[in-house]
Amino acid sequence: MPFINYAAREITCKLVYYGPGLCGKTTNLQWIYENTQKEAKGKMVTLATEAERTLFFDLLPLSLGTIRGFAARFQLYTVPGQIFYDASRKLILKGADGVAFVADSQAARHEANLESLRNLQQNLAENSIDFQTIPYVLQLNKRDLPTAMPAEEMIAALRTRNEAVFEAVAVNGTGVVETLKSMVKQSLARLRSGTPA
Amino acid sequence: MSATDLILHEEEFRKVVGLGERLRHDANARYVALIDRNGQPIASSGELPDVDKTALASLVAGNVAATETLAKMVGEQSFSSLYHEGEKDHLHMSAVGPIGILVVLFDERSSLGLVRLRVRQMTPDLEDVFNEMVERSRSAENPELEEFGAAMAEITDEDIDSLFGDRI
Ligand SMILES: Nc1nc2c(ncn2[C@@H]2O[C@H](COP(=O)(O)OP(=O)(O)OP(=O)(O)O)[C@@H](O)[C@H]2O)c(=O)[nH]1
Ligand SMILES: [Mg+2]
Repeated sequence: MPFINYAAREITCKLVYYGPGLCGKTTNLQWIYENTQKEAKGKMVTLATEAERTLFFDLLPLSLGTIRGFAARFQLYTVPGQIFYDASRKLILKGADGVAFVADSQAARHEANLESLRNLQQNLAENSIDFQTIPYVLQLNKRDLPTAMPAEEMIAALRTRNEAVFEAVAVNGTGVVETLKSMVKQSLARLRSGTPA
Repeated sequence: MSATDLILHEEEFRKVVGLGERLRHDANARYVALIDRNGQPIASSGELPDVDKTALASLVAGNVAATETLAKMVGEQSFSSLYHEGEKDHLHMSAVGPIGILVVLFDERSSLGLVRLRVRQMTPDLEDVFNEMVERSRSAENPELEEFGAAMAEITDEDIDSLFGDRI
């Protein structure tokens, strides 16, 4: 649910990075944080374990430019990918205006990608969010690894609704901004009145 | 526009800010904020230098969401309030209807009893404004929004590029 503040002429959207454990969700946010001008970013909040696995969520608030006279703000969240944190994932998806599914390209993680995608669909449904219409992109991350599966194979298995697909290497920023831009564009375009939830 | 979109108009914004100011004064609190359950800051009163308000709101919302889920797990109905006692500063968080959360930060100049009392007194008024806000967000007649939505529908790649500019 985009939050529109007419008093402050601000619009805020919540965008969530989803995907299996260690696929690179937090790395996407870190790269954005490190490469964003100071004035455009807030404090990055990270609730992680000692081993840097996301425990609850990461949050990066961004204040970009204005659009049609409104200041555009985005709150980027990551979910914890580890299977047993499902209750937390469900909480974070609540009120999401857009989702990026980050898939891990390593062949050994193929099953985990599929499992996480099913889990996303289920958790969206439990939050009464329609997976078919929510702004959505697919990111194939870790394209730099020698064990990466061919992109076409991953797309055939993971692309579910003709969404935009971006190949990425989140550690060096490849595909990171493209993924974010696609989510931003879709979530703003969806503000058109009459669009169902 | 989805049924859950929250739209804050000038009028309600002023009311919420006014109520927040009054609560902070009456409760002798350092800082009062109203946020939504998803962690969006809506309005606040009082200075809190060096604290990122968005981060604060998201952590409060996460905390409340986790507590509420925990409560349901053990068979409690729902969340009504949460209290964190620090060494100097204390944090009181309470539900404002189904979508709002009220956060009050106070120190030795106040007390938990006083904060609780003032929060309880103020909550119905805040709930009223929240309900108005939700009602108005849902009402079909919203010319301002129609116009805004129509403009957004025609958003181009160039618009998005200029939104990002050289910020990222
Ligand atoms: N080679 C390579 N490594 C990557 C890439 N993206 C992320 N990594 C590494 O993968 C590991 C896990 O990345 P995270 O971003 O913490 O993963 P996550 O998805 O947040 O994991 P959880 O928090 O457990 O869900 C880290 O060591 C990253 O440096 C990539 O594109 N290529
Ligand atoms: Mg993580």
